[in-house]
This record gives sequence, structure tokens and C-alpha cells, in this order.
Amino acid sequence: MATINSKIPEGPISEKWTNFKAHQKLVNPANKRKLDIIVVGTGLAGASAAASLGEMGFKVFNFCIQDSPRRAHSIAAQGGINAAKNYQNDGDSVYRLFYDTVKGGDYRAREANVYRLAEVSANIIDQCVAQGVPFAREYGGLLANRSFGGVQVSRTFYAKGQTGQQLLLGAYSALMCQVHAGTVKLFCRYEMQDVVIIDGRARGIIAKNLITGKLERFAAHAVVLATGGYGNTYFLSTNAMGCNCSAAIAAYRKGAYFANPAFVQIHPTCIPVHGDKQSKLTLMSESLRNDGRIWVPKKLEDAKKLQEGKIQGRDIPEEDRDYYLERRYPAFGNLVPRDVASRAAKERCDKGYGVNSTGLAVFLDFSEAIQRLGRDAVEQRYGNLFDMYEEITDVSPYDNPMMIYPAIHYTMGGLWVDYELQTNIPGLFAIGECNFSDHGANRLGASALMQGLADGYFVLPYTIQNYLSDQITVPRFSTDLPEFAAAEKAVNDRIDHLMNIKGKESVDSIHKKLGHVMWEYVGMARTKEGLEKALGLLKDIRKEFETNLFVPGSKEGLNVELDKALRLNDFITMGQLIAYDALNRNESCGGHFREEYQTEDGEAKRDDQNCFYVSCWEYQGSDEKAPVMYKEPLKYEAIEVKTRNYKN
Amino acid sequence: MWLCNSSIGRKVIMSVTGVALILFLTFHACMNVVALFSEEGYNTVCELLGANWYAVAATLVLAALVAIHFIYAIILTLQNRKARGSNRYAVTDRPEKVEWASQNMFVLGVIVVVGLLLHLYNFWYNMMFAELIGDPYMGPCYAGDGYGYIVETFSNPILTVLYVVWFVAIWFHLTHGFWSALQTLGWNGKVWFQRWKTIGTWYVTILMALFLVVALKFAFCGGAC
Amino acid sequence: MAKNISFTIKYWKQNGPKDAGHFEQREMKDIPDDTSFLEMLDILNEELIEEGKEPFVFDHDCREGICGMCSLYINGTPHGKTETGATTCQLYMRRFNDGDVITVEPWRSAAFPVIKDCMVDRSAFDKIQQAGGYITVRTGAPQDANAILIPKQNADEAMDCATCIGCGACVAACKNGSAMLFVSSKVSQFALLPQGRPEAAKRAKAMVAKMDELGFGNCTNTRACEAVCPKNESIANIARLNREFIKAKLND
Repeated sequence: MATINSKIPEGPISEKWTNFKAHQKLVNPANKRKLDIIVVGTGLAGASAAASLGEMGFKVFNFCIQDSPRRAHSIAAQGGINAAKNYQNDGDSVYRLFYDTVKGGDYRAREANVYRLAEVSANIIDQCVAQGVPFAREYGGLLANRSFGGVQVSRTFYAKGQTGQQLLLGAYSALMCQVHAGTVKLFCRYEMQDVVIIDGRARGIIAKNLITGKLERFAAHAVVLATGGYGNTYFLSTNAMGCNCSAAIAAYRKGAYFANPAFVQIHPTCIPVHGDKQSKLTLMSESLRNDGRIWVPKKLEDAKKLQEGKIQGRDIPEEDRDYYLERRYPAFGNLVPRDVASRAAKERCDKGYGVNSTGLAVFLDFSEAIQRLGRDAVEQRYGNLFDMYEEITDVSPYDNPMMIYPAIHYTMGGLWVDYELQTNIPGLFAIGECNFSDHGANRLGASALMQGLADGYFVLPYTIQNYLSDQITVPRFSTDLPEFAAAEKAVNDRIDHLMNIKGKESVDSIHKKLGHVMWEYVGMARTKEGLEKALGLLKDIRKEFETNLFVPGSKEGLNVELDKALRLNDFITMGQLIAYDALNRNESCGGHFREEYQTEDGEAKRDDQNCFYVSCWEYQGSDEKAPVMYKEPLKYEAIEVKTRNYKN
Repeated sequence: MWLCNSSIGRKVIMSVTGVALILFLTFHACMNVVALFSEEGYNTVCELLGANWYAVAATLVLAALVAIHFIYAIILTLQNRKARGSNRYAVTDRPEKVEWASQNMFVLGVIVVVGLLLHLYNFWYNMMFAELIGDPYMGPCYAGDGYGYIVETFSNPILTVLYVVWFVAIWFHLTHGFWSALQTLGWNGKVWFQRWKTIGTWYVTILMALFLVVALKFAFCGGAC
Repeated sequence: MAKNISFTIKYWKQNGPKDAGHFEQREMKDIPDDTSFLEMLDILNEELIEEGKEPFVFDHDCREGICGMCSLYINGTPHGKTETGATTCQLYMRRFNDGDVITVEPWRSAAFPVIKDCMVDRSAFDKIQQAGGYITVRTGAPQDANAILIPKQNADEAMDCATCIGCGACVAACKNGSAMLFVSSKVSQFALLPQGRPEAAKRAKAMVAKMDELGFGNCTNTRACEAVCPKNESIANIARLNREFIKAKLND
């Protein structure tokens, strides 16, 4: 049995990070030039890390699958970024942000990591403002804030409904500055296929040039994965079409532990599914819940009429509306954390109160806000979101309540990393959504951007030196080493295999089947029977993939279908991992809800006696074999563990 | 030199020469108006602008302005065609906001230049050039008799029609050129955009109306009324 | 309620930058009008794959109008025609009628060579950014964010400039293949903020020089870029860039 060493520094929680930085090993400037670092991904975490490392003097190779680093899906984050600045004088502090994040994560996050995140959060805002990120301001010229789900202070900084875009463009501009300076070399339209391990350390990657179709080898002293989450396992999610988990799964297959895969966040405010041709789900920012009120009809017959299209939301009088979040959670109302809001919506729809033709939607109503603030003020705050909603649904939210339903949005699970963001493979680091560490079982709104940038700007550039300091005598590697050749050959064989199946099913049709199984049995509400069934069905899907897949074209040159097929192979492995972990975790917490474990009034029931751990899954050499789980026990010293209560 | 080797610099040259030519047209229009009221007055002005050093110098400057404006238009157009690439769109749809003139400035400019050549042949060649070579009687009228040349030219209905077409082309060219020049020089913004467009349209319309009135007056009643 | 429409789609096939390229045509039957344009192309591709053919290649990613990856020239307009301005992925089939012929072309500009079909290479935009589209700031501990006061109006205006998604529709629409709207939006964002002023002159000069070098055309103020910009960037930015550039050059 492997031992899990999370390398948490000694000392009281508020001094751990300071102590670490004071005592860690550093690399001197002359030696930095001799060290190469590969950063895969150019989202908030990847771009900020690549830019910071390049600026420090390392030689950085940065990879992205899109045509430009600026396309990374961090760009789609709408609402904002948290920081413990206490600019609003509402009693915010590093401790409170830390506390809210741990509590919001249902006490399944690693305490020391979260505290560090809260500590550096304020620096992020300073850094971004210095870069020229145009955050919203008050008339006096000071920064403005708003509140977000799951907290009682206003600590969210925002740039209209495009905060992710602005932060990413900030990191992107820093990255472009370094590319110009020659410290970072950029590889666009390249996809990492495998990580190369030499003598137990990560020493490079095999990447596919998506334009030429050729496999290329890259060597470095360390490899950083910033490749995002695995939400697209469910086919329909709020992720971009290209988001995939292949880099993380490649690392997992090479021995990196995958932690807490069952913790998948379902976002409560997405535009409902409209048909089976749909390719993705569109998120409506959580910030809408600041002023929008969520409801379904009180009477089943009204819901029936809505489902049949006989009446519209605005036709139902006030007294017949059930504002179920305000009813169930008076203290937080419409601003309960995402997992709670999502389950409450599902509960109402399962009871038959759904408001659209599929019965899988609830209302998000702005009529009261429009009355209170005036249409102009509402337009000022949410205008672009309303326009987007109308473009998609052909319904104006000014006249009729929006319809929303939960959808897969973010994955808290990811590659296991220690306090230094290093996986259990020396030299292999994981940052941003790609790792597991900071959000526990559920992520609070506006915390993903915070974590991505914290890792990339302020954590990894320090911790990676602790590893690299004893690598300064290691000369640059040749990509002619047999390890590179073997890794490349394995990928090549895989490609040849997929091209030669020549079956009948397209990649998307198999992916849709996978998504259906995942949403049905490994989605918002899970049961033991359902998960076991899912594992069986996933076996069938893998078999179909291996025997009946059809990839048109050739492996030479650009082949979009081949690239999708390579990713789907990993999504199936990911799906199995999620199901194994969900089956293993006999409790309900955060984004993981097992129907067997709930209170009488339908709230999640955590099991702190038996489930106080991070599950770390180890690959057993084949996708056919069940992975083995190790536990990293969670210790809370600075926080008293309580049942989450958003009622009062 | 940034004026020649940067895209904005080249555009600045277009703008500055363009604005100067608009100012010249303004002067020319004022001069023409005199012909509406007084034959002697007009001929006095012509006399003033006869074969003397300052008139010749101004003419050379004017010719240089036109030449630079035109040569740069050719350079820019060729560069822009190259930038567009070798494949053309099969279907194009001009958005409402885009004025027709703005997309056809070069074609309009060519029409303007052809009109200009005609105009120079009708007037300048017979008047100033004649004086310069010392043969004031080479045209149908005496070189100093500008008024006579106006009457002579617009008594020909074909020439009148050509002149009207020319004026219309200049009008189109300037409705875009006026605010476009200011935009290129950076004297524009969200607020001033509409203002400049309105000012430009009125200015250019009044300017070209003055030219048109003179032409039509002489076309329909010669020197008689 | 959604209704179904049938139409003809003509789409551009081109096998690399040197290939001449041609249109292919296909009848699409009973497509629900609440399908997005890209989902309609997904259906087209599923049909093609079912027949053993290679799919029609186009760029797309986030499908929520923000990443700037999608780039189709639809019926003569970049991203297709909508009233509010939207990217291709936010275009819905309800904008079309039964029996329409829909022509889909790539961005056509010398600076954006075709990679395959309707996928073009927009790396020129990255190169322009690299030339100066940033504020030089070291990662670490800059001054407190509230130490720099920025009037709300300036911050809002900078934000409007910063919303550019770098899709390249401006270049695609411009008869001159000019990238001025893109460049000016970036220059404007930083020019409007106090943090960006120290490098303003250098930035304007460097980005314009790179833009010229990469073969983009000269702006002739036709406003086609502004008309098709999915993020409603204004040509007031272009005036600002001109101002910044001329000022910088005159001060040299």
C-alpha cells in the first residue's frame, strides 16, 4: 500500500505558507536559464503559470489545443472572482474566505491548501489590476464588489458578466509579453497525448500537431498540467466542445493518482436542454441569483398547463408561486450553494412541478427586481446575459421569467497533488481545475478563477523551485531516448488501432451514449444499484467503442474526428473512475449525492466517521481492471467541522 | 518615414491632402458664385489668378496635392486588394451601416479625376496655360474672359450633363471623405462621430450645390439672366 | 414552439492553403429551428460520416459566444446576420426560412490562410498582441488594487474595448482586410487606463507596425468591421488608435 504524503508544512495554519516560502529551496537566476518547463494548457492557471515562470527566467514550452491561448475555456466564466479584500467593510477576512470555502466544499478539501488560497486571493486582484484588467468600479474610482452564492459578504470582483474573459486576457497578455521576450515558446493546435517518464520522473510529453497529424516529442525538467476538468464526460455540459481530460488521464495511466473523481459540480442556472441534437449547455451566470427569484408553481395543475404550453410563467399569480429556495433556506434564500440549489430544483421537477415541455426546468424570475430597481438598472447589471438568453430561447427575460435547469459545470476532483501541487509522480505538477485540492466536494461561485490564478501566479512558481533546485545539474534531455520512442510508439499504435476499427458508429454517437449513462446513473442523484449498473453499461460502451467506431479520413493531416476519438477513449476511462468513486463513497456530500444517505427532509447526510478522506485512485495497468483506492485522511485543525446549514 | 511606411501614416497623407483639396473647392465655389452676380467681378478674379508667380505656385501646390492624393489612393488600393487575398467571397451582403460611397472611394476618385481633366481642358488650358505660353487667343475666347468660357462651356448640353455627373461623384466622394479624414487624423470619437457626419454632409452638400447652381444657371439661361 | 425547416446548404471545402477550394452542396431536411447553426453543422457532419465521408471542418469551441473560435461567413456576413450582433455559435436556425440557400464560407483574407475547409489560421492576431498588447508587470506584489483610482466612466469604456474576442470578423468583413478594429480595441483598453499610459506610445507604434508587417490592409473607414463585430466594438477605437499613433510619431 502506497503512503500518501501531502507534505503540509508545520506550524499554525496562518503561518504554513509563510513558513514554506521562507524555508523552501530556490533556484538562482543563472540556473533558471538551464531548466526547461512544459506547461500544458493556456487557461487561467496555465497561462499565468507559463507567463510567471518565463518571467522568472525558466525556459517554458506552452501548449494549447486551440488556435490561440486566448480561447481556453476559462474565458467563459461569467460571474466574478473572490478575494478577501474587505473593501466593502462587511467583515471579510482571509479566515472567513477560507472558512466559507471549506464549508462550501462540505469539509472535503485540504485545509492547508484552502487557507493558502484565501491568503493569496488579495494579491490576485492587485496583480490583475496592474495588468489592466478593467474590473467594475464605483463612481469614486474604487473597485466594486458583489455577493455570490454560499457566503454572507460581498467579496466578488467582476468585469460585467465577462470576468473570466477579462482575467484570461490579462494572463494571456502577460503570456504574450513573455513570448515576445523569448522566454516562452508557444505551441498552438497541439494536443498532449502522453507524459514521458524517465527514471520515475516526468521528463517530457508526446504531443500531436493537430494540423499535420504528426506526433512530436518535447523534453523538459518538469511538466505542468493545466488542462482543466472532465465535465465533458457527460457529453452535455457547460464546458467548451474541446475541453477534455486526456492529459489528466494520460498522467493517471502513467501512475498519477486521480483524486475524488466523484465530486462533480452541477450548476443550477443553465438553460434547459431543448432537443437531442443539442451539443452543449449554456450557463446563465450565478450572479443572476442575486436579483432573480427561483420558483415553480404551487399547484400541480398549473405545472401541467405550463408543460403543455397552455400558459406562461407570467400568467401564474404571486400567491400560486412556490419560491422553494426561500421557503427551505430562509437564511441564504436564492443564494444557497450550487449543489443545494441544483438538488432542490431536481427535487421539485421529480415531483412534477417542472415548467417546460420536458418537465425539467424551473423559473428564475426578475419581475420583482425590475419593479424594485427599474428595468434600466436590471439591464445595466444583466443586459448581456438577458440578450444571450433571448437569442438562444427566443423569450425575453424582461417579459417572462427565465427557465433554468442544473447542468454539469465544474469538476472538483482531479489529479491528486500535494501541498506543492506536485502529483505523486516527481516532476509532474497539476494546477487549476486539473487538480483536486481546494474545493472539496463542492466549489463556491467565483472560486474557480481565484484558484486557477492563485496556482498559476502565486503558488506553483514558488513550489516548483523546491523540486527543480536539485535538478540544476541535470542537463537537457534528448528526445531520442528510448522512453520517448516507446511513448510515441504507444500513441501511434493507439491511433492506428482507432483508424482501423472501421465500424459503424461515429465518435459523437458513442459519446452521447456515454453521456446519457453518466447523467442518468452518475449524475445529480446516485444510488448503489444505479452506479453498479452504470459500470456494467460503461463496459458495453467501451466494447462498442473498441469494435464499432468509425473514424473517417486518414491519420495524416488534420483529422477532427480522430482527435475526438482519442479523447473519447479517455472520457470512458474517466466515466468509470467517477462511477467507482461514487460507489465507494458511502455518504452524501457536496456535489456527490447518494440517495441512500439523506436526512428526512432530503438534505445531504455526510458521514464524517467513515468518509473523512480524499480518495486517491491508482491505475492498474489496463482500463479493464478496476482501479485501486488509497485514502488521504483529512485533518481539520483550524476549523470546527459542522453540518452545513443554510437554513438559518 | 512613418508617413510613407506605416498604414496610418499613408492614411494621414490621404487625409491631409483630402482636407486641403476640400478647402480649395470651398475657395473655388466662392469664386464661382461671383459669376452669378457680375461678369466684371468674375473676370477680375480670373485676372488676379492669371499668369503671376503666386497663382502659378498655388497651381503647382494644388497639382501636387491632387497627384499625391491620387498616387496614394492607387498604392493603398493595390495593397488592400492584396490584403484581401486571392479568393473572393461568393456571396456578400453590405450591412446597412456601411455607406456605398465608403466602399467605392477609388472608383469615385477616378471619375473625379477624369472630370478634372475635362475641366482643365475646358478652362485652365484655355485660360492660364494660354497666358503662360503667351498666346491669349488660342481658345474660343480671350484668355482673361473667364465668364466667356463659362457661358461657352455650359451652352453645350453634353458638357453640362458631364459636369453634373462629375459634381455628383465629388459629392459622394466627399460625404465619406470629410469625416473619414477627421477619423484618420484621430479627431473623432463616439460623440463626435455623428456630429462630424452631419457637419460633413451639410458642408459638402452646400459646397456642391453652389457648383451645381452656377452650372445650371449658365446651362439654362447662358449669360442672359 | 419550435418548427422544422428544410433548406440547401452550400459549404466551402478546401484542402489546405494551396488548394483552390470549391463549394459542396447538400439538402438539409426537417431541422428544428431552435437548433443552433453549429448544431445544424453537427447534423450535417453526422450525415457525412454515416456515408463514410470526411466531415466539414470549421473552428468552434465554447459555443456560448465568448471564446472567439467560431468563424463562419454565412450568406455574405461574418457570423451570419442577427440584430444584436452574435458569434456563429449564437446564431439559431430560426433566423432562416424554409427553402433558403445558405452559403458558408471561411474568413477570406491574405493574413488568415485557410487551414482546411472553413478553418483559418488567425495566429497573426497573437503576433500583434505579442508586439505590445500588454502592460509590462512582474508577477509578485504590485501596489494595492485600490491605490489606483479609475473613474467609472473610463473603467467602463476600457471594459467595452476589452470585450473584443479576437474572432477576426472585422478582418473578414473589411474589403481591405484591415485589422484596425482589433488592434485599436486592445490599444484603447490600455490607453484609457492609467496603468497603460506609460507604454501607450510604444504599444501603439509596435502593434501597428506588426499589423502592417503581417499583411493586413489599410483602414478606409468603411465601418464594415463595426457593423459585424459580435461584441459591438466601435470605430471610435480606431480614431483613438490613430490619435495615439500620430501623437507617438510626432513626439519621436
